[in-house]
Amino acid sequence: MTAVVAAAVAAAPRDRWRAWRRLRRRPAAMVGLVVVAAFVALALAAPWIAPYDPLKTNFLLVRKPPSGLHWMGTDEIGRDVLSRVLWGARASLLAGVVSVAIALAVGVPLGLLSGYVRGWVDGLLMRITDGLLACPALILAIAMAAFLGPSLTNAMIAIGITATPIFIRLTRGQVLAVVVEDYVEAARALGNPHLRIAVRHVLPNVLPPILVQATLAMASAIIAEAALSFLGLGQQPPAPSWGSMLNIARNFIGQAPWMSWWPGLAIVTVVLAFNLLGDGLRDAFDPREG
Amino acid sequence: MGGLLAYIARRAAVAVPTLLVVSFVVFGLQLLLPGDPALALAGEDRDPEVIAYMRRLYHLDEPIWMQYGEWVFRVVRGDLGESIRLKETVGGLVATKLWVTAQLAVLSMLWAVAIGVPAGIVSAVKRDTLWDWSASAIGLAGLSIPNFWLGIMMILLFSVQLGWLPASGYVSPFEDPVGNLAALAMPSFVLGSGIAAVLMRHTRSAMLTVLNADYVRTARAKGLREKRVVRRHALRNALVPVVTLGAIQLGELLGGAVLTEQVFSIPGFGKLIVDAVFNRDYAVVQGVVLTTALLFILLNLAADLLYFLVNPRMRG
Repeated sequence: MTAVVAAAVAAAPRDRWRAWRRLRRRPAAMVGLVVVAAFVALALAAPWIAPYDPLKTNFLLVRKPPSGLHWMGTDEIGRDVLSRVLWGARASLLAGVVSVAIALAVGVPLGLLSGYVRGWVDGLLMRITDGLLACPALILAIAMAAFLGPSLTNAMIAIGITATPIFIRLTRGQVLAVVVEDYVEAARALGNPHLRIAVRHVLPNVLPPILVQATLAMASAIIAEAALSFLGLGQQPPAPSWGSMLNIARNFIGQAPWMSWWPGLAIVTVVLAFNLLGDGLRDAFDPREG
Repeated sequence: MGGLLAYIARRAAVAVPTLLVVSFVVFGLQLLLPGDPALALAGEDRDPEVIAYMRRLYHLDEPIWMQYGEWVFRVVRGDLGESIRLKETVGGLVATKLWVTAQLAVLSMLWAVAIGVPAGIVSAVKRDTLWDWSASAIGLAGLSIPNFWLGIMMILLFSVQLGWLPASGYVSPFEDPVGNLAALAMPSFVLGSGIAAVLMRHTRSAMLTVLNADYVRTARAKGLREKRVVRRHALRNALVPVVTLGAIQLGELLGGAVLTEQVFSIPGFGKLIVDAVFNRDYAVVQGVVLTTALLFILLNLAADLLYFLVNPRMRG
């Protein structure tokens, strides 16, 4: 019986290695991974690679089209768009990471509890999840950001909370499938305490779909942060974020269209990359795939 | 008929606890207000009389469960409060604006179905061909392009460059039906494109499952032409989950409408909540969240009902 448990615990890293090899064979997913890595590198290196100060205004350079000096042009008060796009990557990626981390930190333990304990705890948590899912995520995030006050931190909290129910549901569903497996029964028969069984034997085996969902949720969180900043409820001016840059750019769409091209393209590229990576991970973790 | 009624009753009973949680969430929003809620609820007006009125109206001096009870009692009677800024009842405001958003949502759904379902069918029938890859790539792009950016780009092309469509605004269909369609053409396409991508992916996956089913193989073995097999046998069954998904997505549209209405300056439901946020009109914000959640629950019930009606196996 101990052998069953040990084999199950050892199987998780082996499956992950196999999944990584399958992921590497998917060109689209690898492109997604490389693009995500590139954006992370650009965001981290922004202070050194941005050609200008993203906040520095220059009234002699108001709304200049892309040129050798300003590759992506300048904005309505003469700030360099490329520098703002590079610095804006920080806000977008930070919002993605922090929101998904909040959703994971709250959703996974609650889902684990719900699926493992069952009974009234499960019933209560599922009804709460149903209620939260009934409010469209963006509207709830807008309302929360409105009541908490507009800032990037509050936007991240709001996005994280609205993304949580999906992780509760997903983890619970996976746990329900795993707890009936032989190795969990065996771990229970060996007299392991519940917390140890849940954390050591159940959790590692439910992680792959959660990882896939987390990757896809990053894409949604980046769009949600851009949306809240676009509405003026996320990153506050003059700090750069792709959403707030678009909010200003739409007022100059006829005179300076480049102001809206670049932040929008940046959002599409990074979101597409996360979606490609998420799709690839889903296929790589799918046991039916060769 | 008896089966249908029992089914509706069962699904409606499940919605009751959901509604209860929604009421906690919407009421709980006001607990997020930093500082004295009466001060915040009074908005820009720092008049002590208004603050005292707010304190009385929302029972802010009473324990939290009493405040909640009072709030639920008012909401159940249809009283969602009054807009501080517009001096109108929230219920009235929501009803007026919802009509505009409903037109946008219906047109968006038409775009989504017209693009998403055929693309999904072609993608599945011509699996692993250029058609399939192109449809999948467009579907993925549809999921990755934020609708507010797509809206800005479409304004740039169709309004600023080509001058074909109005960049913003809304015309009532009763005053000018053609003007109404022209004003809503771009926003509804923008809002529908994301849903089209979701429908495309689901139609493709449902069609692939159905095309490999035994009854489809039997239909082919009988010597039926492929077109007839796809239309009569595969599509009918594949569309069952897609129809219900469509009903649920209509609820999601209400969320997306917030941004689209903002980009195209459409005076609908979404614009109402954004304006209310900036005017610190909290009763309106709560009213909009509550209404969208109610609509979402109703649409889910409708989707369940539709699933029951279109799926012969569920009728027994």
